[in-house]
Amino acid sequence: MSTKAKEILVLALIFAFSLIFYIGKVLGWEAVRFSTTVSLIVILLVALSLLWILILTIRGRLVERRIVFLYVGIAVALPLFMTLSQRIAISPEVEAVYNTLEGLPEGSKVLVSFDYDPPSAPELQPMAEAFLYYCFEHDLKVIMMGLWPQGPMQANLAIEKVLSDEKIKSKNLKYGEDYVNLGFQAGYEFVIQRMGSDFRSMFPTDYRGTPYEQIPLVKNVKNFSNIDYCFNLSSGFPGTREWVQIAVDRFGVTLGAGNTAVQAPQMYPFMRAGQLVGLLGGMVGAAEFEFLTKWIGKGTKFMISQSFAHVIVIAFIIIGNVAFFRSKRKTGLKR
Amino acid sequence: MFVIQYFIPHYPFNRMSHWFSDWFAIILACAIVLGALNLMKISIQKVIKKKPGWGYAVVIIVSFLLITVIGLSEGEAFREPGTWFDWLYVYVYTPCSSTMFAILGFFVASASYRAFRARNFEATLLLLAAFFVMIGRVPVGDIISGFMPEGVRLSNLASWIMTFPQTAGQRAIMIGIALGIVSTSLRVILGIERAHLAGE
Repeated sequence: MSTKAKEILVLALIFAFSLIFYIGKVLGWEAVRFSTTVSLIVILLVALSLLWILILTIRGRLVERRIVFLYVGIAVALPLFMTLSQRIAISPEVEAVYNTLEGLPEGSKVLVSFDYDPPSAPELQPMAEAFLYYCFEHDLKVIMMGLWPQGPMQANLAIEKVLSDEKIKSKNLKYGEDYVNLGFQAGYEFVIQRMGSDFRSMFPTDYRGTPYEQIPLVKNVKNFSNIDYCFNLSSGFPGTREWVQIAVDRFGVTLGAGNTAVQAPQMYPFMRAGQLVGLLGGMVGAAEFEFLTKWIGKGTKFMISQSFAHVIVIAFIIIGNVAFFRSKRKTGLKR
Repeated sequence: MFVIQYFIPHYPFNRMSHWFSDWFAIILACAIVLGALNLMKISIQKVIKKKPGWGYAVVIIVSFLLITVIGLSEGEAFREPGTWFDWLYVYVYTPCSSTMFAILGFFVASASYRAFRARNFEATLLLLAAFFVMIGRVPVGDIISGFMPEGVRLSNLASWIMTFPQTAGQRAIMIGIALGIVSTSLRVILGIERAHLAGE
């Protein structure tokens, strides 16, 4: 079979699977679930196959790149069907975000900046949902905005999901009074700087086109001094670093953040310096925050996939090193 | 100008940062339009001249026009749930862009397998740190080390690596970058560095 034919076949398969999943979603099909026993058997089989690969490597047969891809695919996909539960340990950074929220009285104004786009949503969207759930459950007023064009759309998706929860639905929250989406504003960190003196100059209307002064929730919000807590969800520039440099250092805002796992390590110096009050790092941070807020979402559900994928990568690193030392020993013997 | 406003808090200097911020936002908003039009121009030229990969340019043009027309036709509420724009965002844009990003996971795993080797002392340190952080940051780490005392479990070890050695490294990088920016800026302001003006 030619490469082109293989590409077409793969695309056709992806299209067919996507179509089946979409039809299933529309028709409300029940998800396939493995029992705990089947899940454990699957894990055992994967572990045995990895052991077999290790033996082959010791014997001098290296695995191809495609095999690694296949295992990563299995590691991510199979656990989605498993029914295993894991104990989630809470890190001090996540606890700090939760404790700060706990200290806010009812009616406090919380500003949430959605500075990310769909590629980072698997990590950041669960954080956004858990955060909004907590805010609505504890009657905090939420002002949303975005320094990324896709941010306000992500905010809408999170709001839609949280508002469909029975407990939140019963609160009968009103747009403009309990929460508002100010939309996107171009200008990167200059938007934050300008918000320090006047929110309205950067957001003359909300994302629906309602004039700022006609929105009950924000009509008395002049600048950061009227905000009790800021939370930034970020996956790059502009993001948490810019919020720390301008909103925190210049205007004294209390800031918490949720970052992708890739970006989170860069924020630890800000945490240790007290410029950042709490940090949710990657999907693990999302799962921990979900556990604390009791909003069990995708962060918790995907944790098994994350665990499985990490173990697979570690296993291949070990196999790679076995191959490396074997070849080194062979070269040494030849000399 | 931005520095002056800190030293002279009187009109017009105290307003300058506001004016520049507003202008910056306006210019950036225009730049987004320019960028989009430029993308269209390049893509159309690619299709007309039938350059290699012109089929992808057709996809760009069609997608751009489709989402622009739908967005404009739905008025100011185009981002509301239930609109065509929202449908395209949720069911086309989100899965496509997520797929592109997810592919990285496979390459990272493959690169780790081929390149993460204990070649020397430094590489071994990096390898060990990566091992403990990767396993300690997920719940399975605590399952493996559950029999150990609380303080030395893998999650605590990962947390310690992130909080101390990793933070120290990050700080060193940040301070180094900041000092580099200050020295380069001073060289530019004092006219020592003229490369940006096509000088020597």
